[in-house]
Amino acid sequence: MKLRKSVAVSENGFVFNASRGDSFSANPTGARILDWLRDGKSEEEMKTLLLDLYDIDETTCEKDLYDFLKVLKQHNLLDV
Amino acid sequence: MNRIPITIAVTGLNNTDNPGPGIPVIRSLRESGYFEVRIVGLVYENLEPGLYMDDMADVVYTLPYPSMGHEMLLSRLVYIHEREDLTLIIPNFDAELLTFIKLAGRLSAMGIRTLLPTQEQFESRQKDRLTDFARQFGIAVPKSDAVTGIGELMQVLAESRYPVVVKGRFYEAYVAHTADQAQQYFYRLSAKWGFPIIVQQFIRGQEFNVTALGDGKGRLIGAVPMRKTYVTSNGKGWAGIAIEDDTLLDMARTVVIQTRWGGGLELELIKEDSTGDVYLIEINPRFPAWVYLATACGQNHPEALVRLALGQTVEPFTDYNVGRMFVRYSWDMVCDLSRFQQIATTGEVTIRPEALA
Repeated sequence: MKLRKSVAVSENGFVFNASRGDSFSANPTGARILDWLRDGKSEEEMKTLLLDLYDIDETTCEKDLYDFLKVLKQHNLLDV
Repeated sequence: MNRIPITIAVTGLNNTDNPGPGIPVIRSLRESGYFEVRIVGLVYENLEPGLYMDDMADVVYTLPYPSMGHEMLLSRLVYIHEREDLTLIIPNFDAELLTFIKLAGRLSAMGIRTLLPTQEQFESRQKDRLTDFARQFGIAVPKSDAVTGIGELMQVLAESRYPVVVKGRFYEAYVAHTADQAQQYFYRLSAKWGFPIIVQQFIRGQEFNVTALGDGKGRLIGAVPMRKTYVTSNGKGWAGIAIEDDTLLDMARTVVIQTRWGGGLELELIKEDSTGDVYLIEINPRFPAWVYLATACGQNHPEALVRLALGQTVEPFTDYNVGRMFVRYSWDMVCDLSRFQQIATTGEVTIRPEALA
């Protein structure tokens, strides 16, 4: 799973998909995950990074990450 | 670089909520690095907004409606040409294009150039012939049937899966979810636009548009794809963004190469959500009203059209700025009555005197 090449993410979390003209706004955590996806990180690696960064239990972390990735897929932002 | 002085006549100054392409074409020509343009605006109505814009046309003349016949139009163009010494005409209305195509030879003999599709190209991409057009060139289009009676409609509907798109011959389209709805639209559209009515397979997906330019010899000179990001209640794009999608550009390339299209065109396309397949919905045989976005993205198609029409060698554009967007706005121009009075009584008005232009 990787961010599509056509997707650009600015420093302030503005997301632009050049192949469809869609734009979105991501919060700092979302923007961070988008960066990790761009780097090709796996779900497991991203989960570990989130657990290191935030005071959150593993189940909640997994669920939130899964939900976010699902939204990204729905909006055609990921190569799967 | 010294810019070459040139006089170009442009129609479609109807910059209304359903705008013609004339003003964006003129705006692009005014930004040309090759030409110092004198613009002769041609209008059918005294209240076409472009006529009241001070920095677009230098002079404006009225034209007789195409329905009044070729000879009327030609004699008016002869009169205008005697006064303005036109080098080129860029017609921008669907309804007038066939007339200009038919007159192209006689205009050429007068020394007025055009770059237009042939009559055969123009007619082959009509809505009721799009399926044959696409089959001929291996282009995917939604399944379409042209019907001329209610019996034929019911027969087509019996073989269709709902929803279907019911389209008028020239304009307007509705999505029908039942046979009753389809019948209502059939009557409404046939009363307004005549026959045939087109019943088209509904494709669930994202719509895109491409503005493009063909040189008439099988080369695509430029193409910029766009997605409408704000659509008016009439279905017109009020805002849009230039996007990057090779499959859309490939479609434009196929159409222009296969047909050897000459002049501007707009492709209306839909990309199916479930498959990513691109279907051609419509070909408009002239620049779209959003053609200035292409100019702003680095591809000045109207300027390139003029260069092609003059016989210059034009290298195809290879790039454009993705992510440039346009947003239309409305603005009340307040003008003196004199301009309206002048055009209404004499059919011509000078906006920018030649010495000052």
